[in-house]
Amino acid sequence: MATSDIELTGSSAAYSPDNPAPLIEAPRARTPRTAGSTGRSRTNFELYGWVFMRLSGIVLAVLVVGHLLIQLVLDGGVSKVSFAFVAGRWASPFWQGWDLLMLWLAMLHGANGLRTVINDYAERDGTRFWLKMLLYAATVFTVLLGTLVIFTFDPNIR
Amino acid sequence: MATPVMDKAEAEAARPADSPYITATFRIRRFNPEAAAESYWEDFRVEIDPKERVLDALHKIKWDLDGTLTFRRSCAHGICGSDAMRINGRNRLACKTLIKDIAPEKPITVEPIKGLTVQKDLIVDMEPFFQAYRDVMPFLVTHGNEPTRERLQSAEDRERFDDTTKCILCAACTSSCPVFWNDGQYFGPAAIVNAHRFIFDSRDEAGEQRLEILNDKDGVWRCRTTFNCTDACPRGIEVTKAIQEVKRALITRRF
Repeated sequence: MATSDIELTGSSAAYSPDNPAPLIEAPRARTPRTAGSTGRSRTNFELYGWVFMRLSGIVLAVLVVGHLLIQLVLDGGVSKVSFAFVAGRWASPFWQGWDLLMLWLAMLHGANGLRTVINDYAERDGTRFWLKMLLYAATVFTVLLGTLVIFTFDPNIR
Repeated sequence: MATPVMDKAEAEAARPADSPYITATFRIRRFNPEAAAESYWEDFRVEIDPKERVLDALHKIKWDLDGTLTFRRSCAHGICGSDAMRINGRNRLACKTLIKDIAPEKPITVEPIKGLTVQKDLIVDMEPFFQAYRDVMPFLVTHGNEPTRERLQSAEDRERFDDTTKCILCAACTSSCPVFWNDGQYFGPAAIVNAHRFIFDSRDEAGEQRLEILNDKDGVWRCRTTFNCTDACPRGIEVTKAIQEVKRALITRRF
């Protein structure tokens, strides 16, 4: 079929050999000038991130399953959880430490996971930058607020 | 121009009872930037021996039905790596895929490989793929004077990277990787496989440098271990395993 035989319709009517349609582009193609192919200071950030995900995952499995057992299953289940129950647990530095560790590891693990998801799926540089800023802001806020509550919790609040 | 669609009743009536031929439908993703901005599916009915390959059917279509069909192929015997395409939703070499193995009773879909810019029909721009390949320095690096004879290596040392020497750079693995589909900045499995081939070669001296390149944010750490690349490789290279070995080398170097 010669190109001139093809009947052009709709949005394609304007295209011809002299005025070809834009190619079907792939997202963010690699070029000789792609950052990283030459120069650029290298860090081990991604390596440490990868190792952190594995190690924190193992620790979190223990912390979270233990937390769920205590809160929801053992000793009367979820009905026992009340202000007094939480106040009693946080009187002990051990449970304070447990919850603090769980908060920090879960937040950093989750934030790093979402960071990789954003890097994988956000195509435009602006989108990925702002999504990550939103993620970092939410992470910092949650971690700081949680830490503040664990350390300044007052069981006699009225 | 002859219509590409063969009349089914006529085709079947003309065929003797013991004929090995079947009538298979090839549903091909067409794109011609000189005619339209969008790609579209076009069906071709081809009478063909099911023991032949998809490439033979493409030849039949191009030579007998529609000469404008555009695709790459060079050796046609699974060595050059030109004709990787997405056949029935999986990346394969058209020259190594027998029609009887891919359910010819249903329409067989043929598309260009994903994640690279489509230029026409089944042809994609391979330049970003080769750029990633060049970026890992896929050549022997040594220092000092060249020996006057071969650089000898024990059988065990050769065995260490034997799997990754099989790569034919067809891009079936890289264009099956979901990370690469969304972000072409990722080196992709093929580049890592070819880095692996030299990193674990006892004669090479730039392993450190290549590891450093792949330690990049677009390097091995973006691998999500989905095994698409291992499934796609027409040479049977354990691609994901090679990527994991590079990760392990980076970690053991560090700790």
